[in-house]
Amino acid sequence: MPHDQETSPAAVTAPVSVRLSASELAAVRGNRQVFAGVSFSVTAGELMAVTGPNGAGKSTLLRLIAGLLPPSAGEVSLVPVGEEKIGTRLHYVGHRDGLKPSETVRRNLQFWARLWGGGDVEPALAALALERLAELPVAVLSAGQRRRAALARLLLVERPLWLLDEPATALDAAGEARLGHLIGAHLAAGGMAVVATHLDLPVKPTATLALRTA
Amino acid sequence: MALVDLANPTRFLSYSARLLPLTWGLAAVLMAVGLYLSFFASPPDYQQGETVRIMYIHVPSAWLSMLGYAVVAVAALGTLVWRHPLADVTAKSAAPIGAVFTFLALVTGSLWGKPMWGAYWVWDARLTSELVLLLIYLALIAVWQAVDEPGRAARAAAVLALVGAINLPIIKFSVDWWNTLHQGESIFRVGGSTIDPSMLRPLFVMMGAMTLLYASLLMMAMRNEILRRRLRTLEITVAATGEAGGAEAVRAEAGG
Amino acid sequence: MIAAMGLIAMQTARLSFRHGGGAFVGLVFFLAVVTVVPFAVGPDLRLLARIGPAVLWIGALLATLLGLDRLFRDDHDDGSLDLFVLADLPLELTVLAKCAGAWLATGLPLVVATPVLGLLLGVPPAPLALTTATLLVGTPALTLIGAIGAALITALGRGGLLVAVLVLPFTIPVLIFGVSATALGGPVAVTDPLLILVALTLISAVVAPLAAAAALRGGLD
Repeated sequence: MPHDQETSPAAVTAPVSVRLSASELAAVRGNRQVFAGVSFSVTAGELMAVTGPNGAGKSTLLRLIAGLLPPSAGEVSLVPVGEEKIGTRLHYVGHRDGLKPSETVRRNLQFWARLWGGGDVEPALAALALERLAELPVAVLSAGQRRRAALARLLLVERPLWLLDEPATALDAAGEARLGHLIGAHLAAGGMAVVATHLDLPVKPTATLALRTA
Repeated sequence: MALVDLANPTRFLSYSARLLPLTWGLAAVLMAVGLYLSFFASPPDYQQGETVRIMYIHVPSAWLSMLGYAVVAVAALGTLVWRHPLADVTAKSAAPIGAVFTFLALVTGSLWGKPMWGAYWVWDARLTSELVLLLIYLALIAVWQAVDEPGRAARAAAVLALVGAINLPIIKFSVDWWNTLHQGESIFRVGGSTIDPSMLRPLFVMMGAMTLLYASLLMMAMRNEILRRRLRTLEITVAATGEAGGAEAVRAEAGG
Repeated sequence: MIAAMGLIAMQTARLSFRHGGGAFVGLVFFLAVVTVVPFAVGPDLRLLARIGPAVLWIGALLATLLGLDRLFRDDHDDGSLDLFVLADLPLELTVLAKCAGAWLATGLPLVVATPVLGLLLGVPPAPLALTTATLLVGTPALTLIGAIGAALITALGRGGLLVAVLVLPFTIPVLIFGVSATALGGPVAVTDPLLILVALTLISAVVAPLAAAAALRGGLD
């Protein structure tokens, strides 16, 4: 249910509240209707978990929100709609890590930091306990370590919406705990997150969207 | 990737560390003597004049390009048949060095022929075979270069090296035949069908010098490759223990 | 924006020189093509000198097209392509930057190797210099046109030969004007084909990023 957006003229220094809202979203992959009639609303400080069996369309939904795929019906938007590409207002961490195996962790992160206009990568490395691994080529890292390196991208620049696809995959208990801190801090600062998962998240979701195979 | 067997490579590292100063030193001495003999103390050819002096660099280079391939081929057998731990290190290190000597042979051969032919390259049978040899070397290097992990490339490169070894006589024969279709003159016979003994001595000295140079370069390249693989193993270990350290901390926090 | 493009171009070039990148192999392929022609045609030096520029152009064309299949493949496979699509920099400019990087790593070495290989074919100095110049201007066009094919096969998930087949027809104008610009004292003056070649490169610098970006977007799964 959409809530009315009220910005009182006196609160000029208050952060602008963003809201992600979707109505009657449907997606078709190949010849298959993946899901239909999906509606939700996520606002600042909220975490929405997307659950469902394999093939239910969790990844598809995230890519739809990011704008990587067009919906076959319905619409999704990040309100207030600005002039910039929606992609610059969100962080997307998908199944694949987005890391170049022959380059070091630090180099990989520095590339994205520079491309996105961010600054130092050291805080991001520290937050994911990657300092000892920073100078190693990504190719020698384990799956869990690569996941942490991919998640480190979330801290390179601040963006209101986080779209995470099974972020806890391959993470051990320590890694999950750090992920929890990350998401918690992001939500506390007024950010939003949509996380596709089939495991329990280290942070309690505000809402859960359960997709069923059509 | 199997852990590098540290026994043999370690012994190689210590032996080569002791041998290298010797081979470099000897190579330098022989090179100095050889170059002096080649350029100052030997007579010019009665047909080709001063340009024949390039032979003193060309012939050893060509010889080493072929010896170098023999090294690669034997190393390939070592990888595939005998599973010697240092075999693929040798093959990987020998390929670029052999390629460089082949290239040197091509360049010196071209310079040698220019006054005679009027052109830098005339697809002469001998030089063309060297060019094909260079292509085979480059193909081997391409296989090594294609994969980040040397272990995976080793078998493929070994197979290719052996196929090349079988093919080289066939290629040589074909190129000779192809060449006789058109022109037949080769400048690579010096002073008629025999070589004057006063030219043999500088030639042998230069052969010795360049062979020692080859051996030194090969040992250095092998050392580098061994160290490179050790570095990689260390990186993997650091990555693994980095994780283990974290897991220990969590267990400690959770109280066992 | 220029800084972002420079960053992407440098990364593309750097990765191409690495293990598994295409730079070295492309150069060796160029040498192989040039070496193979005389075996087929015979070591007639006059004939080789005459067809030399053409052989060099064909070699550069094939080396460029066949080497481009991984231009977007790795980014697609490791998820970087998603991030490029989402980034502030328009995907078209990302494509242009990647083409620049690919050209630096593969095209430019071909141009540098051309004088040496031209020696093998016995091409006289003046046509050889012209061939090198036309390749300098033309290989960027080949890279750009090839990028369209590379983008298409990334979406399709296929291999290198298909790239060449897809865009070879579009490279024909570049080949025609590239080679004819090397014919000194021929029926046409040198400057006309050269200028057209420059124009073709500029046109492809506009069309190729648009087409490739569209193909990449369509191929996001």
